Amino acid sequence: MGRRAKNKQGDPSPLLEVQENAGRPSQKKLGKRKADDVETTKRPAKKARESEGKPPKPSALKGKEKSSVKVATKAKPTKPKPAKQKQARFEDEDEGAGSSEGWEDVEDDEGLKAQAKSLFHNSDDEDFVGFEGDLNDLDMDEADQDDDMFRGPVQELDLGSDDDEDEPELPVKGKKSKQHERPTKIIPTGSDASSDDSDEDEDDEDGPITIKNMEARSRALDARAAREAELDAEEMRQAELAGEASDDDLADVDDVDMDEEGEGGEEGEEGFVLPTAEELEEEKTRGGPDVHTVQRRMRECVRVLGNFKRYAAKGRSRSEYVQTLISDIASYYGYNEFLAEKLFQLFPVAEAIEFFEANEVPRPVTIRTNTLRTRRRDLAQALINRGVNLEPIGKWTNVGLQVFESSVPIGATPEYLAGHYMLQAASSFLPVIALAPQPGERVLDMASAPGGKTTHMAALMQNTGVVFANDANKARTKSLTANVHRLGCKNVVVCSYDGREFPKVIGGFDRVLLDAPCSGTGVISKDASVKTNKSERDFTLLSHLQKQLILCAIDSVQADSKTGGYLVYSTCSVTVDENEAVVDYALRKRPNVKLVDTGLEFGRPGFTSYRGKTFSDKLSLTRRSSGA
Amino acid sequence: MRPLTEEESKAVFAKLANYIGKNIVHLIDRQDEPHCFRLQKDRVFYVSESSMRLAISVARPNLVSLGTCFGKFTKSGKFKLHITALDYLAQYAKYKVWIKPNGEMPFLYGNHVLKAHLGRITEDTPEHQGVVVFSMNDIPLGFGVTARSTVDTRKLDPTAIIVFHQADVGEYLRDEETLF
Repeated sequence: MGRRAKNKQGDPSPLLEVQENAGRPSQKKLGKRKADDVETTKRPAKKARESEGKPPKPSALKGKEKSSVKVATKAKPTKPKPAKQKQARFEDEDEGAGSSEGWEDVEDDEGLKAQAKSLFHNSDDEDFVGFEGDLNDLDMDEADQDDDMFRGPVQELDLGSDDDEDEPELPVKGKKSKQHERPTKIIPTGSDASSDDSDEDEDDEDGPITIKNMEARSRALDARAAREAELDAEEMRQAELAGEASDDDLADVDDVDMDEEGEGGEEGEEGFVLPTAEELEEEKTRGGPDVHTVQRRMRECVRVLGNFKRYAAKGRSRSEYVQTLISDIASYYGYNEFLAEKLFQLFPVAEAIEFFEANEVPRPVTIRTNTLRTRRRDLAQALINRGVNLEPIGKWTNVGLQVFESSVPIGATPEYLAGHYMLQAASSFLPVIALAPQPGERVLDMASAPGGKTTHMAALMQNTGVVFANDANKARTKSLTANVHRLGCKNVVVCSYDGREFPKVIGGFDRVLLDAPCSGTGVISKDASVKTNKSERDFTLLSHLQKQLILCAIDSVQADSKTGGYLVYSTCSVTVDENEAVVDYALRKRPNVKLVDTGLEFGRPGFTSYRGKTFSDKLSLTRRSSGA
Repeated sequence: MRPLTEEESKAVFAKLANYIGKNIVHLIDRQDEPHCFRLQKDRVFYVSESSMRLAISVARPNLVSLGTCFGKFTKSGKFKLHITALDYLAQYAKYKVWIKPNGEMPFLYGNHVLKAHLGRITEDTPEHQGVVVFSMNDIPLGFGVTARSTVDTRKLDPTAIIVFHQADVGEYLRDEETLF
């Protein structure tokens, strides 16, 4: 133990053994969270589990499910393959070591549970209840987003003959991913009105939603919404009256009056008037709007866009509201206009705001146990003895640990140096779990630095077979090699090629993982510079590179491999042209490739069409998950 | 990548024998999979033969590492054992030293092991013998060379050095840049 370790608690009781599937990390049955299941579980039980980690959101309540996990088609290899098929699994994922989100609770040590309960109590409430109120009470179409970040779609490509069609696709399970603690919103969306007060109160009462409850809650929420709206309207009117004096020359003055009184009288909400282009210009020349105005404007725009027919001011088009909102988002959160618009178009309005909010919050720290050297329970024990506050991540993984707080630097403990764990985002486990490399196989990781996924694969293969770890950047191969050695992976060959040179260098791999270089829009919380330095050209270049890489990756897989024939494609960005578009391109260019279910239980299906572009139907097998 | 020459092999095995002695034969003749030593850019790698055969298809300028790096040959031709070889050393070590929890951190910072930090030591360890350093939980922390034999160690005062530090796992952080 370090000499400065503060022994805050006594020896914890030993961890209960988590259910482990022999050799198969994530199975469908792990942490199944169907919408129905969640709703019918009893509240207290759920609460207990919630307090351990992020609460699952009942997907029925939520409009959408976030959390995409690629369903690993592990079932496929075990079945006798009629015609050897190659399945390429595509995954999009949050890349990165530090962040972790979207994991499930796991039944585990009582001691840990008790410790973590206090930590999680409040944060979970907020997360969970936010949704309850939403759908029932407000007119909003969009449900609140818990999952903040979208990852790209996860898909599996199956390179094989037509016989493959017979194989039953693994059913995609709806699963809610656990979100990290949601920060108090800076821009409360409409749904917040319901959640703010009810967080603490309602959490315990959140039982199955009955008619009685709904009515009562509806009324309560309506009352609250009305109250808040009145307050907002008041503010608006004050602001407008103050600002009117300077806007005399603008034609909108009359409009302003009319709108205010007209709509304000009706509902007490619509005192908000969308500034015209001229007004915005004036604002800019005055040195930019102040934060509060922007905040208010954003909130109002979101509300209006939520139910345009009812709330929109007369004569103002939807696109004006959208445009104002986007430029406000850009100025408020610090994005450039291009990126703000691009990300805004990926989500419904309220989700988009949630997304931007979430990118401001740092993700929790997670670590992955190195099964070559230790076991999760032993590692947890050792770290707790050093004074680290941690908890196992969830049912879907038996190697993940989430670190809450630590009195010692988590990246410098003797256990870390001895290679017992790796700092890695929880979402980074997913592509490897979906790929499921088997012992004795030949596996390629085309963009592997700094080596989190490579070492994970080597651990899954139990140091047998061979893993080719490639990275185009020679300087980054240093850290890759260092991590490989530190974690004791003996079957890794590290090389430094441009990924597009495979399979010329060597081909015939059983499985290939392509964690493509991307724009990083999914990990903005880790690297805020992405907000400003990405332009349209960057996306075009990246997309082109990714398309080339994926074709090379497909060609490197050996279609008639006895045990494999899979490719997993993943990125850490949320945009469509880096994910669905690339996968669709690959499907078109390589007709012998098929998309397969990922075997992961959470995640939202990828888009099959987006803003005029249509993709193959099979792309719904891919998974978008928000992750930490 | 090329196989080691006679002199190079001799140098490597001499160094290894200092720590694991006769157990070198376990490295060379393994029951499960035959392994071999290969040289790439002055570094000695210990790798299974099947992996090595696949790695041949990687060109020399592009090959960074294969299997486990044991150490490297310095410019003057001496072989220096690196911390990355710890796994194998710890497995086959003949003489071991365990240090107390309060002595872990100083050793990981690169200091020598003092008598005050000594937990256990294998009996009849001669002087200037290569030893592997463990924590009390049997986690290998590094290796070194004894300053005194076991019998002499008993007579020393607590601030005396008993094991000279050669390599420790803290180097993964301290020498990140130069390790590879």
